[in-house]
Amino acid sequence: MKPVVIIGAGPAGIRAAQTLVAQGVRPVLLDEAARGGGQIYRRQPANFKRSAVKLYGFEARKAKALHQTLDTLREQLDYRPDTLVWNAEADALDTLHEGRAARIEFSRVIVATGATDRILPVQGWTLPGVYSLGAAQIALKFQGCAIGERVVFAGSGPLLYLVAYQYAKAGAKVVAVLDSSPFSAQVRALPGLLSQPATLAKGIYYRSWLSAHGIPVHQGATLQRIDGEQRVRSLNWSDAKGEHQLACDAVAFAHGLRSETQLADLLGCEFAWNPLNRAWLPQRDRAGRSSVAEVYLAGDGAGIMGADAAEMAGERAALAVLEDNGHPIAPQRCVQLEQSLTRINTFRKGLEQAFIFPEHWAANTADEVMICRCEEVRAGDIRQVVREGHWEINRVKAHCRAGMGRCQGRMCGAATAEIIAGESQRAVSQIGRLRAQAPVKPLPFGLEVES
Amino acid sequence: MALLKRLAEGDRPAVNFTLDGQPASALLGDTVLTAVLTCSEHLRGSDFSAEPRAGFCLMGACQDCWVRLGDGRRVRACSTLLETDHHITREPGRSL
Amino acid sequence: MIEVDAIIIGGGIVGASAALFLSKAGRRVALLERDFCGSHSSGVNYGGVRRQGRPLSQLPLSQRAHEIWGQLPQLIGIDGEYQRSGHLKLARSLDDLRALQDYAASSQGFGLDLQLLDRTELRARFPWVGDVAVGASYCPDDGHANPRLVSPAFAQAARRHGAQVHEQCAVSAVEHDGQRFRVSSQSGLELHAPWLLNCAGAWAGRLAEQFGEAVPMHAGHPAMLVTEPLPLVMNASTGVEGGGIYARQVARGNCVLGGGQGFALDAARARPGQQAVIEILRQAVELYPFLEGAQAIRTWSGTEGYLPDRQPVIGHSSTQPGLLHAFGFAGAGFQIGPAVGQALTEIICNGAPSTSLDAFSITRFHSISVA
Repeated sequence: MKPVVIIGAGPAGIRAAQTLVAQGVRPVLLDEAARGGGQIYRRQPANFKRSAVKLYGFEARKAKALHQTLDTLREQLDYRPDTLVWNAEADALDTLHEGRAARIEFSRVIVATGATDRILPVQGWTLPGVYSLGAAQIALKFQGCAIGERVVFAGSGPLLYLVAYQYAKAGAKVVAVLDSSPFSAQVRALPGLLSQPATLAKGIYYRSWLSAHGIPVHQGATLQRIDGEQRVRSLNWSDAKGEHQLACDAVAFAHGLRSETQLADLLGCEFAWNPLNRAWLPQRDRAGRSSVAEVYLAGDGAGIMGADAAEMAGERAALAVLEDNGHPIAPQRCVQLEQSLTRINTFRKGLEQAFIFPEHWAANTADEVMICRCEEVRAGDIRQVVREGHWEINRVKAHCRAGMGRCQGRMCGAATAEIIAGESQRAVSQIGRLRAQAPVKPLPFGLEVES
Repeated sequence: MALLKRLAEGDRPAVNFTLDGQPASALLGDTVLTAVLTCSEHLRGSDFSAEPRAGFCLMGACQDCWVRLGDGRRVRACSTLLETDHHITREPGRSL
Repeated sequence: MIEVDAIIIGGGIVGASAALFLSKAGRRVALLERDFCGSHSSGVNYGGVRRQGRPLSQLPLSQRAHEIWGQLPQLIGIDGEYQRSGHLKLARSLDDLRALQDYAASSQGFGLDLQLLDRTELRARFPWVGDVAVGASYCPDDGHANPRLVSPAFAQAARRHGAQVHEQCAVSAVEHDGQRFRVSSQSGLELHAPWLLNCAGAWAGRLAEQFGEAVPMHAGHPAMLVTEPLPLVMNASTGVEGGGIYARQVARGNCVLGGGQGFALDAARARPGQQAVIEILRQAVELYPFLEGAQAIRTWSGTEGYLPDRQPVIGHSSTQPGLLHAFGFAGAGFQIGPAVGQALTEIICNGAPSTSLDAFSITRFHSISVA
């Protein structure tokens, strides 16, 4: 019989696996990483010694529990780490593991592909020393390194304060935190944020801690440009008071997260514009069922809601798989999970108000700013194509190569959409959706093929 | 000069490798990216202007940290653990 | 209601070049494209601009196209990354090499200037070709271009010369009232014209059938992929005698490879599929060993019309005066497309094309029952 397959061993994937195993199902769990946990609960290499509290702070208990769940389940799963799913077709996934290609047919699949940072480029962002906020966190958590000697954190989103705090706590020199959201937005967001008081309290704690330790935190602060020859030397930022310069040798920046939706797309899921995420997302019901009967969606890969929600959504999607396979499931557990997810979504709406998307980013981005770092396409190149009459994002890509390189638009897709929308004077929801194309990540010539 | 700064986990065994033919040393458990960027400032040259790049996302998404190993394999530096006697070469990129 | 001289259905390279040449000749033209101009086969094909290997019956038209391609920037305003790199057709066996020799002999006089290379000459001139090749036929003035840029540029150029180009404009009804064609679109356009050009690619069969001349056309989905940028190695576009993969390298360094068939997702969209992709990757390292270790970064496919004899239908309808067909290019319409647009223009403006289209008449299918 074809197995149930889970893609991604983060919070959603691990909880989904646990739920299936509890009902006697032996799922295949595919994960690109060597050790499960996903990004936010990423594990350090086996010979590293820092404690969970050191690595995950307030989230240590959750991280440990998740890792232990995977370790305990290992024998009851067909767990395949270091395995990239590079393509998906109607009832099969194509994988790459240590240079070998193979195909797995599935009866049902839970897509829990997670997220990456959402990037709104600035002049100089391709310089060595500039990383995404997620990257800065991984350098520390996974490798015990800071991205530089004197680091500036910029952008917006919950990761901004969290990573700055983690860096300062680990002994890195944090030069400043530049939060693009104005203080007023965060006051307005309070009602929504109060739906998750514990999470809100942690956010406030990180910021207060930074201020108490003399680290400048600026709100309504826009990163303008990053300068340097071979690496970062300084940056310019601005606020209502004017433009300022800071000397630094590293910058971490992002504006929240974006879902990894390529596999859901290749699996044929219908997408809809999601204003909260400001992105096209695969549609799902409250249980995580997509528009395709055998495909289920869970976690940040189907819309950004964070790790707690991902654990719940993973369990809920697995319960849906079981239900659809005719297993008896506890309806009250489903209701409970759905209610919790709804509460987190209210909080998420608050976060989006607090860390408001910088609507003016496209208009303020100069023509010479590099948008697509793979193909080296600048804002002006994209605008030129729009001026020639194109406005649909796949057409613009075809003409100027933005989003056409190795990363398949992961880093530049959101920004390209904003530039096109701005130049064509359309809403960003009205310029079409960047279509996914296999391979989801680069595929080497000369690979071996399992028959 | 290094790009990355080690803050923790310093007491690990050393691992020797070469970078563009020069002997270098890092620690067991380092990724190729960490190994290269704790002793130098970049990983590759960009494809169309040969500008220095040093990775960006560290999670296998941005594809801006590919390097070549001695056996001809090309790997993402951020998601490959360093092994003894890795011969790492950085591709200079091309200026169009 | 819009009155024009010619209505063109389909904004691929054939329809768009017809729109361009007709507009330049002073005709009022309306082009209707269901999607975006050049977004299907014309825009997503391999990009080969090749005469070598075509059936002899296509060579006069192909030779005309060759001249048009030589004037590309003057015609459409961009160079479209067109380069006369040469086209190298490889033989993997002595039988295949003999087939290349036969073709070179029979195509003499068409201006292809083919050069036959034995194994030693092939190694000396194209050292990047793998040992599986025992010889080749080289056409020095063939080449390749970027279809994503070239095909839409024909439509843009037509627009600049006064053609009405309607994109995202699906045709809902076509009829002939005894005097002229009446075409309406789902968006509410109504157009009248004495001439109707059926340039609807893989979807052209329906219109032909409506006018009582169904053709046994089926859709094919060539599989394509592109590598990351690589050091410049390939100084010719390549193909393989007897079928297999084809490959070229663009100035930015990416290698574009095609071969095998993908599958349809629906009537308009297609994907290459895992099998075809893996097969391209496998064959490629035999034929072009420098690709070992390189990465494929993107794959795609399109929807293309194929007739049983793999020859297109070009020319007059046999049932409806004023209706001209041009479709079924079997994955080889990119190079020849502009000459087809020019020939259709000559029919309308001069009463006859200056290159015979007899071999491509739709009447060749009239005795065949359509499955």
